[in-house]
Amino acid sequence: MKLREHGVWGALGLTLIVGGILVYADGGSLFTQSSTVSLLQRAAGLGIVAIGQTLAILAGSLDLSVAYVISLTSLIAAETMDGSSGMIVPAIIAVLGVSAGIGLLNGLLITKLKINAFIATLGVGLLIKGYLEQGYAGPAGSVPTSFQRLGYDRIGPVPLSVLLMLAVAGVAWIVLNRTRFGHHLIAVGGDLDVARLSGVRTDWVLIRTHIICSVCAGIAGLYLASRLGAGAPRVGSEGGYDLESIAAVVLGGTVLAGGRGGVTGTVGGVALLAAIDGIFNQLAVDPFFKQVVRGVVIVAAVAIYAMSLRRKAPGKVATA
Amino acid sequence: MKISTALTAVVVTAMLFAAAGCASDVPTTTQSGDPKGAGTGEQSKFFVQADYDREIALRTMTAQGPADKPWEQALDPKTVDTTKYKKAGPYHLCFSNAGVGNPWRQVGIKNMQAEVKLHPEIKTFTVADAESKDDKQISDITDLLGKGCDALIVSPNTTATLTPAVEQACAKVPVIVFDRGVNTKCPVTFINPIGGYAFGATGAEFLNEKVKAGGKILALRILPGVDVLETRWSAAKVAFDKSQLNVVGVEFTDGDPAKTKTIVTNYIQRFGNIDGIWMDAGATAVAAAEAFEDAGKPVPPLVGEDQQDFLKMWQDKKLTAISPTYPTFQWRTPVIAALKILNGEAVPSPWKLPQPTITQANLSQYVQPNMPPLHYAMCGCTTLPGYPETWGGK
Amino acid sequence: MSSLALRARKVSARQPILLILLTLLFVLAVRQPEFYDPASLLAFLKRAAPLVILAAGQYFVIVAGDFDLSVGSLVTAEVVIAARLIDGDPSMTWPVIAIMIGFGLVVGLANGLITTLLHVPSFITTLGMYLILVGAVYTWTGGSPRGALTEQFRMLGRNSIGIVPYAVLILACVATIALLLMRSDFGKTLLATGDNPRTARLSGVPVVRARVIAFILSAVFAAVAAILLGGFGGVSFQVGAGLEFSAITAVVLGGVALGGGRGTVTAAMLGALTLEVLFTLLNVLGVSGALKSAVQGLIIIAAVAIGARRSRS
Repeated sequence: MKLREHGVWGALGLTLIVGGILVYADGGSLFTQSSTVSLLQRAAGLGIVAIGQTLAILAGSLDLSVAYVISLTSLIAAETMDGSSGMIVPAIIAVLGVSAGIGLLNGLLITKLKINAFIATLGVGLLIKGYLEQGYAGPAGSVPTSFQRLGYDRIGPVPLSVLLMLAVAGVAWIVLNRTRFGHHLIAVGGDLDVARLSGVRTDWVLIRTHIICSVCAGIAGLYLASRLGAGAPRVGSEGGYDLESIAAVVLGGTVLAGGRGGVTGTVGGVALLAAIDGIFNQLAVDPFFKQVVRGVVIVAAVAIYAMSLRRKAPGKVATA
Repeated sequence: MKISTALTAVVVTAMLFAAAGCASDVPTTTQSGDPKGAGTGEQSKFFVQADYDREIALRTMTAQGPADKPWEQALDPKTVDTTKYKKAGPYHLCFSNAGVGNPWRQVGIKNMQAEVKLHPEIKTFTVADAESKDDKQISDITDLLGKGCDALIVSPNTTATLTPAVEQACAKVPVIVFDRGVNTKCPVTFINPIGGYAFGATGAEFLNEKVKAGGKILALRILPGVDVLETRWSAAKVAFDKSQLNVVGVEFTDGDPAKTKTIVTNYIQRFGNIDGIWMDAGATAVAAAEAFEDAGKPVPPLVGEDQQDFLKMWQDKKLTAISPTYPTFQWRTPVIAALKILNGEAVPSPWKLPQPTITQANLSQYVQPNMPPLHYAMCGCTTLPGYPETWGGK
Repeated sequence: MSSLALRARKVSARQPILLILLTLLFVLAVRQPEFYDPASLLAFLKRAAPLVILAAGQYFVIVAGDFDLSVGSLVTAEVVIAARLIDGDPSMTWPVIAIMIGFGLVVGLANGLITTLLHVPSFITTLGMYLILVGAVYTWTGGSPRGALTEQFRMLGRNSIGIVPYAVLILACVATIALLLMRSDFGKTLLATGDNPRTARLSGVPVVRARVIAFILSAVFAAVAAILLGGFGGVSFQVGAGLEFSAITAVVLGGVALGGGRGTVTAAMLGALTLEVLFTLLNVLGVSGALKSAVQGLIIIAAVAIGARRSRS
């Protein structure tokens, strides 16, 4: 268990040290203010999505629609604001409302129609994709300068967006560890039938989890709108937020089958992915080779976790 | 069991309704018997009449500059003074690239890297690749600005979303934007060839000339919503609407040859034959031509681009074709511009490069059997160091 | 209720996919009778063959309780590798086809061993493999495909013997192999593995071996699909894009449950065929490209909802 919770932070430290040396040897510096800021800023968007995804995965589910929710909400935000500061609050409410609605739909499909989460959220994602492709030819709407500050302001080297991510992570941590709902969520992810038999309203737990996951994607959409100054119909899918958020979650030690893990690990997983990205950027590594390394890191990390888990509790390993 | 049957029944009924009801709803973009315009659908939201007029005018102008170096030429140049950027070398040049996710950008980045090698005064050349992600490119620009660049070249991933980041960069260093533009005047210059309207119009006019009146035209587009591609289609639409040609379909191929072949085969089946193919980018030209071959029909007049696989097929099979180009030699120009700016020399702004067209007359000049199939002939790279190996040739 | 409707109801209860497919074919017959000319029907089968083959491969993995997300990038990798190795030399055609099958075997073996022996969930293993294959192939070719395929190679995906395309013959062979495999002891092992791996293991079923073989089959079938797709469309980097999701969609559409243990390989292949008929129909109806993904989304949700209802009642 210890490795699962702290392994990713150790890996992050090691990566930063080795990467720092490599970059230094290459004649650069990994920790200049501008590279640190841009590294953190990139991590924030993925981080917010991945925190929501952590909850879904912990509950034994998963959400493949997040990338399209991000694109959709970035457009809702930018079009509702349409350059006026007075519309920021209505835009935020609209984004949260729509994303919660999508989460509700995901949750209902999974619990009431008994559709596998993979298919349900893939299907909902395709529906949103169709709507976006039909309705939008390119970036639309515009956010006022006051809202762009969310994407560009920082306190010292720490961007506002990172604080937003940490706040989301903090809330998620409290929900998971200090509320009844959190305990139920873990129980549902650990063993659905046992949870149901012990009186947990499993459907309602899963629905709420999916609402939270979608809302996180909505928040990420708001953040990206502030960053881009407009809504963009392809920002989520081009950013690969669906698969990358899942990768970040499992890198952070959360078990894909559910029931074990947490948001701290996910934040570490996001930071690790960002660090690898940042180092490769400094070294100007070929972007294709970067893909290869990412793939190897993800598989290797999960293999190491699985090994340590088996040593702790032989015979209790999920098979798929 | 009952519910399952009921649900199945609902789905089946819905499909039957779809089949019956769709007759009246068929969007005019895909089917039309009316030769006058309806077949091409509504005009693109990206269409700007003034830009269109300007590009059509630029097509007939003669470029100024060295005749054998089109990448140094400029059309109708209006220069800007750059003495305030004058600075002694050696230089640190930075480039924020949208990505290298397609063969066009692959050839382009190699051109640029080779151009940099020609100039010893460039001590460092730093490239940040955004992997086609807007938010990564914004971060990349911030990151590059912290590295002490003397000038920044930007090839934006999208126009609207990169504007704030480019404005930020303008405050610190001279910025050169190329390929796709940004919605701000702050860069010192914006470099690109004539543009999408000219590209699209050239192809459509060729078909108008080669296909008989009333001929059935199929237009193939890569995907909607990309500005440089939208302009190509919108100009073709203007030309087709004025013509006697009958545009029977406008389809999106995602740039996928297999999908293209399927679409073209379907159209040949549906309409008996197709008399001309227009397309907004050449990646799928060979697949479209093969669909006719596989159906046992002669390949009709078609529009391609300057990729080697198509040029070779054009020559081998004696097709009736034309290749408007969006030349990759434009990737050399930003480096040249950056050095001029740092040297305090005036540069054209905007810097409009010529946009040559490959026709039957000059085809043989551009067929290069030693180069890979997806290499772009209009690269202006044959005299650069490392040619042809760096570009994958032999 | 007429006896025909009653029969249809019976069929729908057993194989809803068949009813959906028949309905789509009926609508297609109304809207475009030319579709049923033998030549155009065969041309349709030729285009559908790669997805049907991929769906059959994906079926083995899914029914054993796993996923294979790497098939799309494997198809791309195979085509790019083939072009570079053949490089226009006809004598290299058959050796390179053998290499492609061998490469599929190795990738499948790696997926299978990592998933079973290292206990990495297949979703992650094959996601990692997906990234690795795409990245490695791009790195190897310097970002853009090189070389060329020969006519001999392209023939398999493009040409016909008489009026029957090679692709249809290859599809028939692959489908037969898939059916025979599922009828053999291996098929029973696979179903038992997917149904309940622990029970299967305790009752002496070679679970690990079955799962590894499933991954190998999926990858080798993907190699075959790559041969057909490369032949049909030529070299490109888009050739395999999104095929993993199409294949999974097709399998699920066929009523095969994710998580394993239920469904037949015939239904999975019919699912792929249905998906292709659906796309043809949407094209005939003039539904714009943008709405296609929305329709696809609706259809999967509906099909799986029906499947879930059935299995509960």
